[in-house]
Amino acid sequence: MSDENRGAEDQKASELNRRQFFVKVGMTSIVIAAAGTGVFAYEFLLPNVLYEPSPVVNAGKPDRYPPNSVTLDPETAIYVVRDPDGYFALSAVCTHLGCLTAYKPELGIIACPCHGSKFNRDGVKIAGPAPKPLPWLRMWLNDDGELMVDRSTQISSKQLVRV
Amino acid sequence: MANNIQHYLDELRHSRVWRSVFRSGEGASNLHRAQAVQSNVFLHLFAVKSRRRMLEFGATWYLGALTFGTFLVLVVTGILLMLYYHPSVPQAYADMKDLQFVVSSGVFLRNLHRWSAHAMVLLVFAHMFKVFYRGAYRPPREFNWVIGVVLLLVTLLLSYTGYLLPWDQLSYWAVTVGSNIASAVPVIGHQIRFMMLGGNSVNANALLRFYVLHCMILPLFAILLIAVHFWRIRKDGGLYAPDTSAKGKAK
Repeated sequence: MSDENRGAEDQKASELNRRQFFVKVGMTSIVIAAAGTGVFAYEFLLPNVLYEPSPVVNAGKPDRYPPNSVTLDPETAIYVVRDPDGYFALSAVCTHLGCLTAYKPELGIIACPCHGSKFNRDGVKIAGPAPKPLPWLRMWLNDDGELMVDRSTQISSKQLVRV
Repeated sequence: MANNIQHYLDELRHSRVWRSVFRSGEGASNLHRAQAVQSNVFLHLFAVKSRRRMLEFGATWYLGALTFGTFLVLVVTGILLMLYYHPSVPQAYADMKDLQFVVSSGVFLRNLHRWSAHAMVLLVFAHMFKVFYRGAYRPPREFNWVIGVVLLLVTLLLSYTGYLLPWDQLSYWAVTVGSNIASAVPVIGHQIRFMMLGGNSVNANALLRFYVLHCMILPLFAILLIAVHFWRIRKDGGLYAPDTSAKGKAK
């Protein structure tokens, strides 16, 4: 084989390599672009700003709740319970599938209309498919002496707000 | 008179405009009929030739065709309902009530849409059972069975997303419960619910997302899959109709 031929073959091989190189570069950039598109699509679908009601709600003056009572506010989905020792707030959203529960004064229990879960007035489950008790929510008195409830913060039970 | 009409029709069929729209040749031979079917955008999804036993009521009970019929009714009535419906929290429920009590023929269209939706879900299940018990899912039709299962899911998702749009107590709590079921998925459940609703609760974002899914994304997906579903029937050798005659000869 003459040197000339070898040179031509080398050139041919290197040209193929160059083509393979560009194919690789092209494929890699397509994969990167596709991955980027996936990330952007994921981020686009998650809203960054929510125009939802604040999780912190003002439940008003403590004396508007009669002694030994359970009061539901359907707008904010919380119970304000007044015990002899103090106040606490209970989420009214059923821990099963998120329906709004209701207090039955004649039975002294909280009941869910959707799938029949029942809770006592401390939120402890009595019956039904609910997997967890109704959570206790953080409650405090603001400077004006009004009850405030943070619906996004759960606390361990038996922490009463004394007035 | 009749000859005259025939003459004008023939002349029309030979005109340049007609020839530019319909490419198939003319004539009454099997070849020309086959070409006419194949060159028609709506007919070419179907087989050029069907055996009589495939078209008998007993072969399919026409369940697939009836399902497609309800789908067409849903598309037409749905587009008409969109002319009066705003997917926003203050207006959605009022628009639905307007359709029932104020818009001419509105209650008819809304009820037609609702009953067709119920009928479509029932017919899809009936179609599925018929295909299953006849064994029509077996090779070479196994891939068409898979497409059918995806179409069942699309039908159920269309039902579910449409259920929120009246924005009444029933739909609100149904979607609350449904989205909480989605959040029971391990690890990513809450993220799925957040993405589905576009927020933490069933609210304006959820209504808009369900509207877009119900009126745009899912119907387009369904139309694409229906086209492939029909095309596969043809490619897999036509409708499944076992030969029940004693000697196995084709009718």
